[in-house]
Amino acid sequence: MASKFTLSNRTGWLMAGPAIALIAGFVILPFFLAVGFSFTNQRLVSPNPAEFTGLANYRQLLGLGVLHLDPLKDAAGATVLDDQGQPKLPELRSITRKNPDYPQFDGMREWFSWSSGAGRTYVLASDVVFMKAIVNTVLFVIVVAPVQGGLALGLALLINQRLRGINVYRAIYFMPVVVSIVVVSLLWSFIYDEKQGILNNLLGALSFGALPRVDWLGNPATALASIIFMSIWQAVGFHMVIWLSGLQTISPTLYEAAAIEGSSKWQTFRYITWPGLKNTAILVLVVITMQAFGLFSQINVMTQGGPLDSTQTIVFQAVQRGYGKQDISGGSAISVILFVLVLSVSLIQRYLTRERN
Amino acid sequence: MAQTTPDNRGLRLVVRYTVLTLIAAIFSFPLIFMIMSSFKPAEQLLADAHTIRALLPIGDISLNNYFDAFKRAPVGLFVFNSVLVTSVTVVLSLALCSAAAFAFTFVQWKGRDLALTVILATLIVPFETIAIPLLLEASKLPWIGASGITYGWINSYRVQIVPFIADGLTIYLFVQYFKDLPGELIEAARVEGASWFAIYRRIVMPLSGPVLATAAILKFLAMYNQYLWPIMVTQEEQYRPVMVGLQYFFQLNRAWGEIMAYLSLITVPVLAFYLYLQKAFIASIASTGVKG
Repeated sequence: MASKFTLSNRTGWLMAGPAIALIAGFVILPFFLAVGFSFTNQRLVSPNPAEFTGLANYRQLLGLGVLHLDPLKDAAGATVLDDQGQPKLPELRSITRKNPDYPQFDGMREWFSWSSGAGRTYVLASDVVFMKAIVNTVLFVIVVAPVQGGLALGLALLINQRLRGINVYRAIYFMPVVVSIVVVSLLWSFIYDEKQGILNNLLGALSFGALPRVDWLGNPATALASIIFMSIWQAVGFHMVIWLSGLQTISPTLYEAAAIEGSSKWQTFRYITWPGLKNTAILVLVVITMQAFGLFSQINVMTQGGPLDSTQTIVFQAVQRGYGKQDISGGSAISVILFVLVLSVSLIQRYLTRERN
Repeated sequence: MAQTTPDNRGLRLVVRYTVLTLIAAIFSFPLIFMIMSSFKPAEQLLADAHTIRALLPIGDISLNNYFDAFKRAPVGLFVFNSVLVTSVTVVLSLALCSAAAFAFTFVQWKGRDLALTVILATLIVPFETIAIPLLLEASKLPWIGASGITYGWINSYRVQIVPFIADGLTIYLFVQYFKDLPGELIEAARVEGASWFAIYRRIVMPLSGPVLATAAILKFLAMYNQYLWPIMVTQEEQYRPVMVGLQYFFQLNRAWGEIMAYLSLITVPVLAFYLYLQKAFIASIASTGVKG
């Protein structure tokens, strides 16, 4: 429409200007502020101006070290044994507390370790909690993205049948999507409760009391899994609808042709439905991944990162620092790390799902 | 291939409906339980949680939990704040984003393509990654009010509204919709001498019912259900929305009856609204997927 009648710089900026200004001020500016603050010691309220501190925040968050310790030997060269008769290792603290021989490990703590040879190998981290937060968040994404996407597709195929009253089912499956995840989290913390919870009551009744009562959110082994299950329950309807709209773009003539050719249900799905859903699949995967990386409300309401940091997440850590400790620079550095993670995962997904012709 | 006999078909129909109904139970029972429990005293609520009674409005039914919830927290204030923040944001968002999308789709101007590219690029920036620097920004921003210029937006309505008026997704939805409108119509109106604003108001907006509904529903859900941002910027009770108000019920010894009453109170209106406008809600989510 390049005609002189549609050309108007004044109108363009006048109509788009307000929205552009708001997005510039409240999305783009804070994005660059996050990058900027992450290299300083900016605090929310401080009498002193912020100083440039280089990579200090990133080193504090991401610092890692590997250390192998051999058993102590006495003057004669024999291995020193401890009270239990095991070879005695030097104290880890003697190395990570201001030891001039190991400046690179200063202030680090043990993340995990294993026995190797006579001694032990330690993986040390400057911020063990943040490392756990990264692992938990990535674990959450790795489970939720395929499971939620897959279940949503299953529901969409189920709902896409021509059956009387199918719209009622569709409406019910979608219902949790309009309920706030904060409400859902508090409601499910009752369902998951050890003593009074419905889930334990139900499992007990189904097994005639054979199954023990589990403290779903209070046990490090089950807490994250419980949050994953609930999160999928709340959001799966959203992606079901996106799959449904994808299914409806597939031409019915293709299905008719397949029926005439006598293809099986699986063949129809494999060669007609799935190829027709390719773009939808990429969209669903990318959207779930982005949402899953933002995991926060469930943690804030249900577990506060516990028990034993088993539900710490990246965004929960960002809020604890940036808001709780008013450490804007630390929170910003976490935000930047999160963005880099989200971006790299989306790029990898794009690459893996690219057109291969 | 097996022949589909009438018997066979009937059986398959039963299986299908059974599967559909079992899944429906998984999605609806927690919400039904929430609503039914809100009418029960705490002891009965806990006892009922062992049986099917948990899903039925039987026993000692009353509104006492609701009265107690109102005593525990200024529930009316929270509801007022949420309604105010959500509705103002939705209205301003529809106005500014549709105007911007109009300029992006129908008007030729310098910087248009670059601006649109940058706006669409913001779609890959999750809010969680800008929340912390935005908190600092909001704590320093100026505002001209009755008492002259003041600095700092924390504890206000504006801090919950202004940053969320314009967003890439809403503009994208409008642009996608406007692209399918007949461009010749707009150009013809220009040739006839109609002003841009008249075209926007008299021609384009009246044709935009579906996309306005879509954008309004998505914005409404996002705003009403917001949590991360308001817990950081509303330290004062006066400005807290309903989701932050939940924290008044977090105590160690949780009064579940009151909690269920509060949860029902802030959820049932949205659920009712959804069930009433079900087709529009589902269409709005579906439209975020089309052409994506």
